[in-house]
Amino acid sequence: MKNLIDLEKKINSELTTKINRTEIRHNQIYLETDKDDLIDVILFLKTNNDTKFRQLIDLTVTDYPEKNQRFEVVYLFLSHEFNQRLILKYTIAENELIPSITSIFPGANWMEREVFDMYGVSFKDHPDLRRILTDYGFEGHPLRKDFPLTGHTEVRYSEDQKKVIIEPVKLEQNYRNFDYESPWAGTRYIKEELDNNDKKN
Amino acid sequence: MTKKIKNLNLNFGPQHPAAHGVLRLILELDGEVVEKADPHIGLLHRGTEKLIENKTYMQAVPYFDRLDYVAPMNQEHAFALATEKILEIDVPIRAQYIRVIFCEIGRILSHILNVTTQAMDVGALTPTLWGFEEREKLMGFYERVSGSRLHANYFRAGGVHQDLPQGLEEDISEFCETFPKIINDLESLLTENRIFKQRNVDIGIVTKQDALDYSFSGVMIRGSGVPWDLRKSQPYDCYEQLDFKIPVGKNGDCYDRYLCRIEEMKESVSIIKQCLSKMEKGPIKSLDGKISPPSKKEIKQSMEALIHHFKLFTEGYRVPKDEIYTAVEAPKGEFGVYLISDGSNKPYKCKIRAPGFSHLQSMDYLIKGHMLADVPAVLGSLDIVFGEVDR
Repeated sequence: MKNLIDLEKKINSELTTKINRTEIRHNQIYLETDKDDLIDVILFLKTNNDTKFRQLIDLTVTDYPEKNQRFEVVYLFLSHEFNQRLILKYTIAENELIPSITSIFPGANWMEREVFDMYGVSFKDHPDLRRILTDYGFEGHPLRKDFPLTGHTEVRYSEDQKKVIIEPVKLEQNYRNFDYESPWAGTRYIKEELDNNDKKN
Repeated sequence: MTKKIKNLNLNFGPQHPAAHGVLRLILELDGEVVEKADPHIGLLHRGTEKLIENKTYMQAVPYFDRLDYVAPMNQEHAFALATEKILEIDVPIRAQYIRVIFCEIGRILSHILNVTTQAMDVGALTPTLWGFEEREKLMGFYERVSGSRLHANYFRAGGVHQDLPQGLEEDISEFCETFPKIINDLESLLTENRIFKQRNVDIGIVTKQDALDYSFSGVMIRGSGVPWDLRKSQPYDCYEQLDFKIPVGKNGDCYDRYLCRIEEMKESVSIIKQCLSKMEKGPIKSLDGKISPPSKKEIKQSMEALIHHFKLFTEGYRVPKDEIYTAVEAPKGEFGVYLISDGSNKPYKCKIRAPGFSHLQSMDYLIKGHMLADVPAVLGSLDIVFGEVDR
């Protein structure tokens, strides 16, 4: 459907309980669903003649470490016929297994591998779930919020051992994350000085 | 008596001139026929997305130059558009024209590189020498406008960093007059060349359905006959006011993709010409002092401008809580940014959708049943740049 509002109505009336929330923002539809309904929802969106979201643009995960349902899985779809974009989301807890959609969109293969590599989210029935971007033998999941920006290990060529070795990161200066939230904390240093002076006297 | 022949595993790359960067391709060969291709990527992974999460919005821009480093400004464009949409700011019309001019220059840069190196992969050396001379001129334009040949850092949220220097408009329009002749020269070397056609026609065919299933975009999908270009279908900046055509292939093979790229370069030249003739004097960045920095002259005279300048380059601007996916038609396909802001001065998440990632993924499906010698031809026509594939 060319019209976004009609499309939203159509999706709501056809999928009813499988969709938790819909919203139109920035000329795109945002849908929220559950893990168990995912395959049904995606099959509907791909095959229905009024939606025809036949291209998976991207697949990613957002990490919210403070929440119970830590990861939010995001699918971006595009419909060439109706020139519409759709963003489908659902949340999962850590260590939860989620269904792979490689059988519906073969292009999801590497995207799921990337999510597995970067966030450590595992996919059920994925044909070839290996790390993709990080080094052979890498440990940890770099895009998780609790993974430090500097990483844990660094690689260098050792002249003594005549081979490339991996060792813990050593930095001359720690990474400084400036906090801009409260730039002005008051003139405590003067007060401290005065207090100190008082004690001396 | 039958002899059992074992398949041969061949390591292609990571240091191989035809791998166009650091690709390690593990090929399973039955004689000379490729049975399976397993690309190992990530040798150029720099953690761009993680770094962007730790930088302010303005500091994040240079990372986009380092993705697809043969067309840097096209990537910056996607990020600038995403931030602008969340901030709900308008871009002055002159800035829009400047951006479009430099995006099209980026497109020509990328297509020259791709067409000529694809030709080199199949044995033609001269196109590279002729094409790179033109690239040098274009990178000269990049340098004059931003101070840097490659890593421009020129498109900012709200417009561009500075106005075109004097004389640049004339020089670009002079280039537009001379460049079509170079395209014709390249075509006279390649288009009807017997060897080039033997190596590319009917090689690496992509059907319409597969182009959709494998998330293809850009020339990869247009070469297969799908007329899909974001500049037309979801226009951004001033593309709506410009008149240009979308070249579409018929057979979806390497040769059609080559033809598409040649035609796109001609269209780009016409777009640049139109922009130059329509462009008028005016502001080149948003007038909102909370987003775009003041001019040097203002800083000298106004206290408020000085404060704005200081705040913008230390703290940066805050972007309201929102999430958005914005895509532009980069030379290689749909380049998108999925940006989540949390109201602070740094993006909470910035997922980069690189076209080359999806294209390279289909290597196994494209090359199965082809000869080993077709690997460079197919790889060349996929238009892979590892900066964006590995991010």
